[in-house]
Amino acid sequence: MTFNPLVVFFAAIFTNNMIFSNFLGMCSFIAVSSDIKTSIGLGQAVTFVLAITAPINYLLYHYVLVPFGLEYLRYIVFIVSIAAFVQLVEMIVERSFPSLHQSLGIFLPLITVNCAILGVSLFMTIRNYNLITSTLYGLGSGLGWMLAIVALAGIKKRMKMSAVPEGLQGSGITLIITGIMALAFIGFSGIVQIS
Amino acid sequence: MGKIFTTLLIFSLFTGFLAFLLTLAKKTIGNYGTMKVTINEEKEIEMEGGDTLLSGLTEEKIFIPSACGGKGSCGYCKVTVQSGGGEILPTELGYITPEERERGIRLSCQVKVKEPIAISIPEELFLVKEFHPTVTAITDLTPNIKHLLFSFPEGEEITFKAGQYVQLRAPKYPGNSEEVFRAYSIASSPAEHQKLELIIGLVPDGICSTYVHKHLSIGDSVTITGPYGDFYYQDSNREILMVAAGTGMAPILSILHQMKAMDSPRKAAFYFGARHEEDLFFLEKMKEFESNLVSFEFIPSLSKPHNEADWTGQLGRVTTCLQRDLMDPCEREAYLCGSPRMIDSIVEVLIEKGIPEEYIYYDKFS
Repeated sequence: MTFNPLVVFFAAIFTNNMIFSNFLGMCSFIAVSSDIKTSIGLGQAVTFVLAITAPINYLLYHYVLVPFGLEYLRYIVFIVSIAAFVQLVEMIVERSFPSLHQSLGIFLPLITVNCAILGVSLFMTIRNYNLITSTLYGLGSGLGWMLAIVALAGIKKRMKMSAVPEGLQGSGITLIITGIMALAFIGFSGIVQIS
Repeated sequence: MGKIFTTLLIFSLFTGFLAFLLTLAKKTIGNYGTMKVTINEEKEIEMEGGDTLLSGLTEEKIFIPSACGGKGSCGYCKVTVQSGGGEILPTELGYITPEERERGIRLSCQVKVKEPIAISIPEELFLVKEFHPTVTAITDLTPNIKHLLFSFPEGEEITFKAGQYVQLRAPKYPGNSEEVFRAYSIASSPAEHQKLELIIGLVPDGICSTYVHKHLSIGDSVTITGPYGDFYYQDSNREILMVAAGTGMAPILSILHQMKAMDSPRKAAFYFGARHEEDLFFLEKMKEFESNLVSFEFIPSLSKPHNEADWTGQLGRVTTCLQRDLMDPCEREAYLCGSPRMIDSIVEVLIEKGIPEEYIYYDKFS
């Protein structure tokens, strides 16, 4: 079955959002969402890494692993290539955007183990996307992840002024907000089929 | 067999390629070369690009005070950056006031040297050196306060002003995985250049004080840097008022030693606050100062004596004593040492009693 790349792209942002329908990439989503500017920065970094690693992992999988019958190595290969590109992104960010580098702190290297990124690489191989679809799927997932974290940061900024019950402050209320946001997004699921 | 071989070969080629790519990136993107740092418009040093200003200066044996070891959590390592260094970082904002920001003050542990930088630091910091003295005596002053005596090896000499402090390094030890520096006021006489005394109180869960109280023993060698601080004895004819509690006695002792060495005729009073009888120490030493100095009075005050009937000194908090004693208008200057809360309340009383703020010197122990 082939999918329209554009449909996959938009589905990855809205109806099949990484955070709200797959619950992948939650740790940095919750931890770095207290400031809109920082979350935009992390969102951009995640989008960049996703858009690059999706086609690279596609090529690795179909032109290196499959011909040699080494598909079972895909986890380790994907993780290593993701790690290398995160390292590269970190060097670039440190050189060009020191302020962003400081505010992202440990979460930039932690993109390496952001499940959303490995998730994209695995989904695209399981769903048999072609190269263009995979690339757009990676880009869309990144944008979707950024949309989610920026939206959460915006809500959290307003939450600072509200009286949250003591037991729910911090991550408690954040998870509840995420759940409610997910309900809104899941309402659109099923409109398009991407798997 | 062939399968294992191809697997290994392909995987090695793949990881090798990535390693090559990253090394190439490190050589180009991550390489800042050596950078020139100009200090106080006269001294020029070369620094490894990409390093923090603090670690670069430490390598050049210029010691900026820092308690946390460059993690950006103490806010001590402030320097004035005149040019270069980039924008102020979010990690610094909590420690730099808007007015300091105007003047270009930055935390040197957060500034990365990626371009030529010009900074200015106080001249005194050039006098700061690293020393490796040996512990020669440890005495218990109270259940929680120890008195330590250090002697310097051949060739090391410290010169400081009475009232200044040094930083003591706590190394890694069982239960502590990080190296930290903590500030302690010098209790010995500035005339002694090869001996140093410190008074160190045990802070619950304190990394350095636990090291001193539980792990340090006679004969051990320690690392200290110093001297630091703008709290020191000032020459004038004003009457001296000294107030301290607990380990705050250390810099006062140094000042008293200095006064004795100068045979100072100045009138001086030292109010020492404590809770119980066992929190008092060096009473003998204070008696000696009382008889050796021209006009010196030691006034201990207990807020909660166990045995009120037997206690002959002052009763209540130091602030109450000051309220009562400072009735006569006369030219005074004050030296205060203790917790920030205590100092704030005393400064309030002293200003109310007519001591001008510029003559109130204090060292907040926090």
